[in-house]
Amino acid sequence: MSKYAFFLGCVMPMRYPGIESSTREVMKQLGVELFDVEEFSCCPAPGVTRSLQSSTWLAVAAHNLVAAQEAGLDIMVVCNGCFGSLAEAAHMLNHDKDKLAEVNKVLKAAGSKEYKGKTNVNHFAVILQDEIGLDAIAKRVKHKLDGMNVAIHYGCHFLKPSAVKELDNPETPRILDDLVEVTGATSVDYRHKQMCCGAGGGVRANTPDVALKMTEEKLNYLDEIEADIILDVCPFCHLQYDRGQKDLDRETKYPVLHLSQFYGLAFEMDNKLLGFNMHDVPVDL
Amino acid sequence: MFKYGISGFESGHYMGESVYKPDNTFPQQIVERGGTTLLRCFQCGTCTGSCPSGRQTAFRIRKLIRWAQLGIADKVLASEDLWMCTTCYTCQERCPRGVEITDIVMTMRNLAVEAGYMQEAHVRIGGFLAKTGHLLPLKEPMMKARKSLGLDETPPTVLANKKNQELVLNIIKETGFTDLVKKGGK
Repeated sequence: MSKYAFFLGCVMPMRYPGIESSTREVMKQLGVELFDVEEFSCCPAPGVTRSLQSSTWLAVAAHNLVAAQEAGLDIMVVCNGCFGSLAEAAHMLNHDKDKLAEVNKVLKAAGSKEYKGKTNVNHFAVILQDEIGLDAIAKRVKHKLDGMNVAIHYGCHFLKPSAVKELDNPETPRILDDLVEVTGATSVDYRHKQMCCGAGGGVRANTPDVALKMTEEKLNYLDEIEADIILDVCPFCHLQYDRGQKDLDRETKYPVLHLSQFYGLAFEMDNKLLGFNMHDVPVDL
Repeated sequence: MFKYGISGFESGHYMGESVYKPDNTFPQQIVERGGTTLLRCFQCGTCTGSCPSGRQTAFRIRKLIRWAQLGIADKVLASEDLWMCTTCYTCQERCPRGVEITDIVMTMRNLAVEAGYMQEAHVRIGGFLAKTGHLLPLKEPMMKARKSLGLDETPPTVLANKKNQELVLNIIKETGFTDLVKKGGK
């Protein structure tokens, strides 16, 4: 049974806790043991923190890597933002001794243990595909989702920058499509599928109208096809689509599901644990 | 040694027009902070053509990169467009010259913040981080919602442990961030 330190981040536990409860149950059913680490903080979000002061971004990210190191575990994230920060910081610190020494000076001065440069950061979608495998997931599917058309939103910081992540082709990836279709559902193609949701980089906070325009553009592309739901692997994209559709007051609304919640449906988990009642766009599937 | 920016320009007047004097240390500052690929840009425009934000706003990433190369620092630093990038990395992935455009945008934002141009919303959010170790506040109804899902009312992070929270706040303070958000922006 594999074990991971479950990195919660901010948006999931404090805005969409249904993603958290779904993830805990889905991973348990798939034989992955998750541990809470009370030393974890914000990743911290790249858009705001890294843009404002990159030294702060790197030091706080290193602090989270230390927390996992002390717990003797690698990290699992369910958010592209957390993945962006932690995987990129780990890539930087695990390969660059000067940077590592610089950060350790800050950590030491603040009274923290030093980072040894060994923590690995894993996106849960990669754990699902590479470690658990599609066959094992298929065996868990009790409620086949045949006939459901899923519009996948990959999000930006999952696969990019590809030179750091090295997971899948960021222009034409397959990883999430395969993870969705194993349930019997269909991943539908649409224009600009790889486009950003609009929320990142501090844009949602600073100029929410600009963020919303990007979201609207993407939703307009969905109107051109037959989509039943939007599927994401990032609570922040999730929030942008769910709240964004309410703010835009569109006629056609697409329920927004995180991959964990989607698997919750397919595994016939207790619907109450999926937290759909906390969504702005009603999920009635 | 390579000379940054453009030379031969002095401020003053030429044929009755005022002449702009570039800040040649600006591209150098970006390079020194890791943006070495800045100088490779040959202005093809693949970045602007790929930019989802540029489709909705006047933000033209190619122009910002050009300004940076030329040392037109005051315009870059005060630019509102600098804050329109969602850091989606599409431009960086597609750049035929391997310019790390998104990373350079973040470096330019760091320089803008140092020059006092922090956006109001970011001062507020940065304040949450400096105060709690998280970017979002935890409110009472959310604690109830968490409980209804069988989760701990308070997420099992630094929010649940004062000593751990103190440590991360110390780290944030040590980097100067706490004072930075206190100071705010123009």
